[in-house]
Amino acid sequence: MNVGPRARVLVFVAIVVALVATAGVYVLAQGREVRAQRDAEPEAVRTPVAEVVDGPRIVFRHTGLDNELGVVAMVPLDDPGGARAFTGVSCDRVAAGPDGASCLTIDRGVVTTYEAHSYDADWQEVDSSPLPGIPSRTRLSPDGTLVGTTSFVSGHSYMTAGFSTATEIHAFDGSRTWGNLEKFDLVIEGTQVRPTDRNIWGVTFVDDETFYATVAEGGRTWLVEGDLTERTLTSVSADAECPAVSPDGSQVAFKVDVDPGRKVVWQITVQDLATGERTLLEQGPRGVDDQVEWLDDDTLLYGMPRADEPGVTDVWSLDTTADAAPQLLVEQAWSATVVR
Amino acid sequence: MYISVRDRPTTDRALAPADRAARPPVGRVVVVLGVVSMLTDISSESVAAILPLYLTAVVGLTPVAYGLIDGLYQGVSALVRLGGGWLADAADRPKWVAFLGYGVSAIARVFLLFATGAAGIAAVVTADRIGKGIRTAPRDSMISTSTPTEHLGRAFGVHRMLDTIGAALGPLIAFGLLWAVPDDYTVVMVVSLAFALAGVALLGLLGPDVRVKREHVGPTPPPFRWRDLGDRRLRPLLAVAGALGLLTVGDGFIYLALLDHADVTVTWFPLFYVGTNVAYLALAVPVGRLADRVGRARVLVLGHLALVGAYLCSVLPTSTVAATVGTLVLLGSFYAATDGVIAAVAGRLVPVQARSSGIAAAQTVVALARMLASAGFGLLWLLLGPATAMVSVAALLVLAILLAATRVGRLDGAVTTAA
Repeated sequence: MNVGPRARVLVFVAIVVALVATAGVYVLAQGREVRAQRDAEPEAVRTPVAEVVDGPRIVFRHTGLDNELGVVAMVPLDDPGGARAFTGVSCDRVAAGPDGASCLTIDRGVVTTYEAHSYDADWQEVDSSPLPGIPSRTRLSPDGTLVGTTSFVSGHSYMTAGFSTATEIHAFDGSRTWGNLEKFDLVIEGTQVRPTDRNIWGVTFVDDETFYATVAEGGRTWLVEGDLTERTLTSVSADAECPAVSPDGSQVAFKVDVDPGRKVVWQITVQDLATGERTLLEQGPRGVDDQVEWLDDDTLLYGMPRADEPGVTDVWSLDTTADAAPQLLVEQAWSATVVR
Repeated sequence: MYISVRDRPTTDRALAPADRAARPPVGRVVVVLGVVSMLTDISSESVAAILPLYLTAVVGLTPVAYGLIDGLYQGVSALVRLGGGWLADAADRPKWVAFLGYGVSAIARVFLLFATGAAGIAAVVTADRIGKGIRTAPRDSMISTSTPTEHLGRAFGVHRMLDTIGAALGPLIAFGLLWAVPDDYTVVMVVSLAFALAGVALLGLLGPDVRVKREHVGPTPPPFRWRDLGDRRLRPLLAVAGALGLLTVGDGFIYLALLDHADVTVTWFPLFYVGTNVAYLALAVPVGRLADRVGRARVLVLGHLALVGAYLCSVLPTSTVAATVGTLVLLGSFYAATDGVIAAVAGRLVPVQARSSGIAAAQTVVALARMLASAGFGLLWLLLGPATAMVSVAALLVLAILLAATRVGRLDGAVTTAA
């Protein structure tokens, strides 16, 4: 190349100017679009909280790209597609019970932080504590006294790498914590093991003493039963992720990787706890990635992202019979729990 | 600390002694490559900072899939690094091999805009790592070739300082953009791509075409052979670096040990990384200069004492803010004393025709040893608990430093190859 040094400097300056201009125009245009979205009213009809809060209801995170994005909303259980009530509280993950809700938040900033909040039935904050990473799952015990949280703790940058989940259980009022479940004794198929690398996620409570969760260890996942007093996790069966125990306590629904190999394709499976018999819901969603919730003793709820609208999700329902087909239940919703 | 651009090639043999005493300005190659690295680090670190949020919030990845991606980050780069070094030496074209590496990473950012799902993003992340693996050794050999031996430590210090400034700015820019345009991750990716392209353009247009064999004074060096890496001068360096690397556990563990204290909350976690980087960028140039004065291998080996200090400081029974800050400063000092310095040492212990490969070999040995160290330390951590594990590794590291110190004289006294 016989281009002089001055010409090279000029070409470089021209490239930098073009890059700054292109990126600048893009950022400004996106900024305008996002602001316009965030000023828009939700598609769903609004209703006051008082209209919904006294009856059986579904509580969820509203995911419409509008001025209520990320706000916890409620719909009556008997009219899930109808008017929704917005609580004014923003959560990235939420789980509600009759007496309050657990709410996990991401506080974006130069130093992004994560928090777990407890709200009472009137959506007033009762307690809050820092979370070690990005919120993933939260659940309340049936009596509302315990909160389970799972967050992703990720390494950062060139120099550090590594990834893990941190799953913790604490009292709803913040009076006590059982700490990271990694520190519980782990019994896999009758043998106590101490793997160097174990990940635990997706707590679901049976009562204020017993719970189920997922343990990943040695390249496998296990459905484990946890005991808060004994501080133990005991394997129930292999290959199960993100369990959810049914309201009557007789069944557990979870994700199973139906294409074990390089790709991960999850489908929902239901296991009868008494017999150990599993039912794969073949007509259910492929690639589901949510901790399912029970609408009633034979219907599940789960969230799915919309393929064509990044960030927007819907909540679907699915009967627990093998050939049941999913039904769209609540549009623009995520992290749904049922308050009966 | 001053940096100025000098147009004269630094390989110029005609430097007057008085000029040297007054410390000549850092060469243009070093500054251009430093700014290229800064732009590229802004690009990669801005995306790295938001990637976990993006993957979980938008793509919807789960723990397992995300762990897989993070695992790919490792390993890939170590092997590619040797290939990049070999190519640069065989073709005697380090600039264009480095350009290829920066280019691969920039193209990966284009695909990141369109990647959906775990597999796509994993592929993009791997391509980015391959690019980094290709470019590192040729770039360091350009710095080595264009700098007089007596100022190598400082030259690498300046480069690493600029590089780390980029690493510190990247997350700031990313979160600034996310604050201005909420939840729109594509904005960060587009800006990141612009920085990557600016870095590639700067190297391609204004990066001097440093060619060690062509510029070599005296008889033309023979072609590169792998046997050159068995050089008697390089071997003790690889042994020392490997042994010390085996006792260098990942930063993650040190941060976790800090978090194990009751009064250090998890919200501090991101600040640990920032603190380490700030210490590193502040100390890179002074420590590099010190290395030029007292011996680069000596600083490389004794710099591990800062790591011993960081291990011990992280598990002090009485945890205070001072202990936390002390740990991060010590960790930053360790990087300042080792990361650039090892490239400075390695580049002079092999024949000129093997310079890129020699640097690559040293860096690969360190990377592989540290991967093993982290895997092994995970076990120790679980068996003994954080405090005992850290103290044990610190004790072993002191022994290793003492042993390595016996080799320092030989390494610093070795006949160095010409710039």
